[in-house]
Amino acid sequence: MRIKRLLPLVFLLMQGCATPGLRGTGDLGVVVERATGKVQVVETTGRSVLGEVAGLGDLSHATVVFSRDERYAYVFGRDGGLTKVDVLSRRIVKRVVQSGNSIGGAISTDGKLVAAANYMPGGVKFFNSDTLEQVAEIPAIGKDGKGSKVVGLVDAPGDRFVFTLYDAGEIWLADMKDPTHPVVSKFTGIGKEPYDALITPNSRYYVAGLFGENGLALLDLWHPEKGVKRILGDYGKGEQRLPVYKMPHLEGWGFYDHYAFVPGVGHHEVVVIDTNTWTQAAAIPVAGQPVFVVGQPGSHRIWVNFAFPDNGAVQVIDAATRQVIKTLQPGLGVLFLEFTPRGENVWVSARDSGKLVVYDTADFKKLTELPSDKPSGIFFTPRAHKIGW
Amino acid sequence: MTGHTYKLARFFPLPPLAMMVLLVCGNVLADVGGKMAAPLPQRQAYLINMVREDCGSCHGLTLKGGLGPSLLPQALQGKDANSLAQTILNGRTGTPMPPWKPFLSEAEAAWIVEKLLQGFPDAN
Repeated sequence: MRIKRLLPLVFLLMQGCATPGLRGTGDLGVVVERATGKVQVVETTGRSVLGEVAGLGDLSHATVVFSRDERYAYVFGRDGGLTKVDVLSRRIVKRVVQSGNSIGGAISTDGKLVAAANYMPGGVKFFNSDTLEQVAEIPAIGKDGKGSKVVGLVDAPGDRFVFTLYDAGEIWLADMKDPTHPVVSKFTGIGKEPYDALITPNSRYYVAGLFGENGLALLDLWHPEKGVKRILGDYGKGEQRLPVYKMPHLEGWGFYDHYAFVPGVGHHEVVVIDTNTWTQAAAIPVAGQPVFVVGQPGSHRIWVNFAFPDNGAVQVIDAATRQVIKTLQPGLGVLFLEFTPRGENVWVSARDSGKLVVYDTADFKKLTELPSDKPSGIFFTPRAHKIGW
Repeated sequence: MTGHTYKLARFFPLPPLAMMVLLVCGNVLADVGGKMAAPLPQRQAYLINMVREDCGSCHGLTLKGGLGPSLLPQALQGKDANSLAQTILNGRTGTPMPPWKPFLSEAEAAWIVEKLLQGFPDAN
């Protein structure tokens, strides 16, 4: 009698074992634990860590792109490792060590090609996103005949990729529609030491930041024949530039109307650029040298984190009034901010405090803290559908 | 000056007074017998983390190089220890290398160079 009553339960349990709960991946993400070569798989609905995937090599400065079905994370490690991680089963599907020293990656419009930007030897390699087999390579030999480190690799519409040669000071636009025959347009003499680049949210402009001189290099992807234009060449002219303890990132600039908010290199400022004229509209004083200046989705708020030694703070700017409206202290060594796709929460990594901190962006209340081993980048799966991320 | 102290205090995991004593003693000890004294163990752990993580943002967490050059023993072989320490303290004009003097004593820079030349310890 008793057993009979239990039978349905037993049956249910067995079913449970046979079919692990189906779930989507739209609320998942990966967090890079840079010192231990692991990524955490997190979910943003219940705000929790689902598990870890180990064995990804040196993940300092690691970056991630996602497959178009938001199931696979391609993790680019500093040691040249490219790892395809299944975020559902939390397993490594495939891993290749594709160069000696890598910096970033991108995925083609059709999702078929994964591209890795390399320092040593400098260039971009392209891989089949299913198998990670290499299908093409573009060595970064500048006009000077020397090999160059590659930075600021982004994907652009039409299976194109744009990247920048740090040592040579060039921007290259590669059409990869036919991966066996890359068509590369080269723009030389764009400026000294371009350190990073981004593509604007409308996918029209590719902008590279210059470290070795003032200003930014701008390429109109709708009119590449017009060449690269220097903008903001006067920024900070005649002022003493502060030593830079961490290179700023350009990815994820904040936008408000036609104004872009960007890190002021060597200054404790966020620079506001009028993108109609590509001239400086204002400079907003902030708590340190900005590293990331990112727009909160669905809002006119811009969030900023800072370089050493001011990397304990996060500031929020109201883009309309250009005022800092909030200063948060999430922990020590704040490296990264990632918004949930609709911007209601922001996840912050505090490397030296060993934690992730999640805030409600409406009232800046801390929602939760999650332990993480020296976390750096946080990447949520909806990036799969953002051009140039 | 207050701003400066505030910044340092935020950055160092020690109260300002203890930090000043440490810095002053560090400098005094540095000259004893012409040999630089090693930093105290707690400070060593802090410096190791700083080199791995903050220097690592350009030179790579494993220090094999990134935007900045490799800091592995084989890459530094034959380079003068004193000039390496000066590069750490004063930076290198014409390159992105910044001066770390606001955050490090001479003895600490010398200690970092010594460890780099031997193969830098892990943070954990």
